[in-house]
Amino acid sequence: MFASVEKAGEATASFPILTMLVLMPLLGAVLVSLLNKKHGEWVKLAALVSSIATGAMSVWMLVKFPTGAAGFEFVSKHSWISEWGISWHLGVDGISLFMVVLTGVLFPLVIVGIDPHHDHKSYLAWMLLLEAGVMGSFLSLDLFLFFVFFEIVLVPMYFLIGGWGYEKRVYAATKFFLYTMAGSAFMLVGIVATAFLARRDTGALTFDLVEIAEKANFATGTGRWLFAAFMIAFAVKVPLFPLHTWLPDAHTQAPTGGSVILAGVLLKMGTYGMLRFGVYLFPQAAIWAKPMLLTLAVIGILYGAIAATMQKDLKRLVAYSSVAHLGFIVLGTFAMTTQAITGGVMQMVNHGVSTGALFLLVGMIYERRHTRQISELGGIQAVAPIFAGFFMIVMLSSIGLPGLNGFVGEFLVLIGSFETARWWVVVATIGVILAALYLLWAYQRVFHGEPSDDNKSFPEITLREGLLLSVFVAAIVFAGVYPKPMLDRIEPSVKALIEHVEASK
Amino acid sequence: MMNRLIAATSTFEGPAIQWFKISPILALLAGALFLILVGSLTPQWKRGWYATASVVTAVAAAVLTGVLWNQMGDDAPSTLVGGALAFDHFALFATFTICVSVALASLVVNDYLTREGEDGPEVYGLILAAAIGGVVMVSANDLLVLFLGLETLSLSFYLLTASSRSRTQSGEAGLKYFILGGFASAFFLYGVALLFGASGTTNLQTMATVFAGEVTVPANNGLLLAGIALLLVGFAFKVSLVPFHVWTPDVYQGAPTPITALMGSVGKVAAFAALIRVFMIALPSRIDDWRPAVLVLALLTLVVGSVLAVVQTDVKRMLAYSSISHAGFILVGLEAASHIGHADSHLGISSAMGYLFIYSILVIGTFAVVSVVAGQGDNATMLDEFKGLGKKRPVLALGMTVLLLAQAGVPLTSGFVAKFGIIRAAVSVESYALAVAAMLAAVIAAFLYLRIMVSMWLSEPADDAPVSISKSAGLAITLAVAVTLLIGVLPAVLLTVLESI
Repeated sequence: MFASVEKAGEATASFPILTMLVLMPLLGAVLVSLLNKKHGEWVKLAALVSSIATGAMSVWMLVKFPTGAAGFEFVSKHSWISEWGISWHLGVDGISLFMVVLTGVLFPLVIVGIDPHHDHKSYLAWMLLLEAGVMGSFLSLDLFLFFVFFEIVLVPMYFLIGGWGYEKRVYAATKFFLYTMAGSAFMLVGIVATAFLARRDTGALTFDLVEIAEKANFATGTGRWLFAAFMIAFAVKVPLFPLHTWLPDAHTQAPTGGSVILAGVLLKMGTYGMLRFGVYLFPQAAIWAKPMLLTLAVIGILYGAIAATMQKDLKRLVAYSSVAHLGFIVLGTFAMTTQAITGGVMQMVNHGVSTGALFLLVGMIYERRHTRQISELGGIQAVAPIFAGFFMIVMLSSIGLPGLNGFVGEFLVLIGSFETARWWVVVATIGVILAALYLLWAYQRVFHGEPSDDNKSFPEITLREGLLLSVFVAAIVFAGVYPKPMLDRIEPSVKALIEHVEASK
Repeated sequence: MMNRLIAATSTFEGPAIQWFKISPILALLAGALFLILVGSLTPQWKRGWYATASVVTAVAAAVLTGVLWNQMGDDAPSTLVGGALAFDHFALFATFTICVSVALASLVVNDYLTREGEDGPEVYGLILAAAIGGVVMVSANDLLVLFLGLETLSLSFYLLTASSRSRTQSGEAGLKYFILGGFASAFFLYGVALLFGASGTTNLQTMATVFAGEVTVPANNGLLLAGIALLLVGFAFKVSLVPFHVWTPDVYQGAPTPITALMGSVGKVAAFAALIRVFMIALPSRIDDWRPAVLVLALLTLVVGSVLAVVQTDVKRMLAYSSISHAGFILVGLEAASHIGHADSHLGISSAMGYLFIYSILVIGTFAVVSVVAGQGDNATMLDEFKGLGKKRPVLALGMTVLLLAQAGVPLTSGFVAKFGIIRAAVSVESYALAVAAMLAAVIAAFLYLRIMVSMWLSEPADDAPVSISKSAGLAITLAVAVTLLIGVLPAVLLTVLESI
């Protein structure tokens, strides 16, 4: 099927670990859908084994990843559609490393920890297919391959929201699908145009990211158009103001597992894409578009924060907080300094962990109370102190309290951007304060005060939930107290990217 | 007088005919005659045998086409029967597509006819006759031969559309199609006449040579332009381009569902291949005159088809509008091909043909599911009838989902390969705006496929009416889904073939 063409990269592992990272969940999905519905336990076991195996492989890859390496590691490259110059080209570097690990770890947690309530078989099959798509998106080094994964992700997510979501799930799922697909429409044309226009410099028609990025030299105007085509797709995915309106609906209506994955890794496909396919491919255009993108990012930060403050629905509040947080990541990305981008990448992971955990907690509240309305909650701290404690830690991490993970990324973004984007940073900092405002206020309304009759019976956290949340809290604290191992692995690749940008000037 | 005529006939020398090279047509003809003659003279055959004869005929014709394809190798294209038919990769690929479509559709027709208790040889005979018309159209190298093929195809379709004896809509649709189709044929024929007037020939290649020289007489120029316009109108009607599409939803809805599948596949392939051949072979010197028209038609078709598809409530009408939108996509391929100065303009034709092949399989598979759901009477085609199909018939619903996702152009399905090919062709000749417009229209159309999926998976069943699938319909759907996924994952199987077109 995939005739081996060449082995690129220095650390080509004999075991095609990256290919396995994509195929393992895919195999799991196939297996799950083939098993009979009656053997519910077998279905769960198959899903569990394949997702845990994927997670274990991603962690193993993290361990084996050489610290200080700037290029792509574990590269596997095979010809796929040679007629079109398309290859199965996977690789991982410091920028994608932690996204891959986050994906690998988050999925088994969601599969183990969250009960979809009905139709387990299809739910798990879609989940695993989603994991394969997300993994592929973070690992692809071929424009076409990336698009395939980027787009295929829509299908399982659509069915997850539509099939297991809340009241307005069909509306939200459809909106999500069409918004993202509309963005991708531009990107597809952009991808094909990039490959064709780069042919002059690359010799033969190829969709290989590295080859195009290193060899191609686009005319100024052309580069800007192509950059814009990619950016529209990513701006929808991130989502960047004013293309964000699908997000509150999708997040709120999605089942808890879907929300965790959506916030945890799916949105990052946008910010990751901006770095990998925006800045890396079109450095000059990225510099040119910087003021506009920074402005949109800052508007997103403020708008998301203000909108979050006004929400009556706890889940919607967290969803809007995502808009604000993702704004910080975009700010870091387009400030274009090593520190800022490193902070941005760090923040991608942090946001995945913190907001993922927040959605998990909100989901637990909904399970117990069957409402997400802040006004109907209150006084929960009195009846469920441990639950409140977990919520508090996660929330503080989301606010960016020093010592927790959110602080490291946010701080790096702000300090790194200060030199190149001073006034934007000044405004963005207001967002930090607003974050404290809306989250603390929400916490106060939900957890403080006297519990009403309905909330008096709020059950305390169960062991299973506690264990699940502990994993998140451990990550939050570890990354907050000792971020060095992460930064050491992210920074070299970011430096190389910055050098690539500098060289293009 | 009589003597002179006979004398003239006796000295008439027919063209040399290479019989083997027209064997696909002969095979189809033999099958059609066998079914109609033997079928009508013998008592009712056992269930499924008429369909088997039809499938065997179509497969035999497809195999012969394949043999011819291999034999031809890289030889230069030639003409057959005194320049009446072209013999090239393009014609063979279109012929193959038609034969495969007929084989697949016959399976669905079998399911439908046995269910309605109307099993008999006529429908299959007409289907094979339509296929002959189609094959003649895709290989016609002469406008009059093309017209013969067109009429054979159209007349068969008029009858097939009206073939249901129990549904009155079927007769109504047949009459509507007949009257409007007659108009379109008249336009087409008038166009042929004017082009003949301007060039003095109906042969495509001779015509191209005549037009390549300066047309010095202004009157001829006028004839030529009017001829092109009328020809384009005739074709636009046949492939249902906006604003010549109004018959499509009515006819698609009224015709028996498997016949609709046939119109969406065989009818589209034949008319589009003929359109591409006539405009690219006979009229390349006039590209600047007809390209703007094609561009406008493509844009209108994409947008109107997609938008109107979304607001329908009957699945057959939805798919009719979606087929209009798909036609717009294929037209983008022709637009790309028309930039003949450009190094990559050949991509336009091969991508359009690839799209036609992929879409033919998709449309038959999709309508096969619709036909199964429509059930006894062929009437249950409202969107609501699909509610809860995922619960009643999960495997069928899954197959339909794959086909719909492919129509929406989701990666790892053949539909994405088709769309990608077109976009690639358009971008390679720098028609960026058209490429973006096509993709955005695809997004609008995606909403329609989502609506059907929502009904199938996310709604409760409206009733407990069981949905029964016969073996032949199941086989057709399985094959369609398998091809859809195969081409989606390994596009090379199709692309290597397309490269020689």
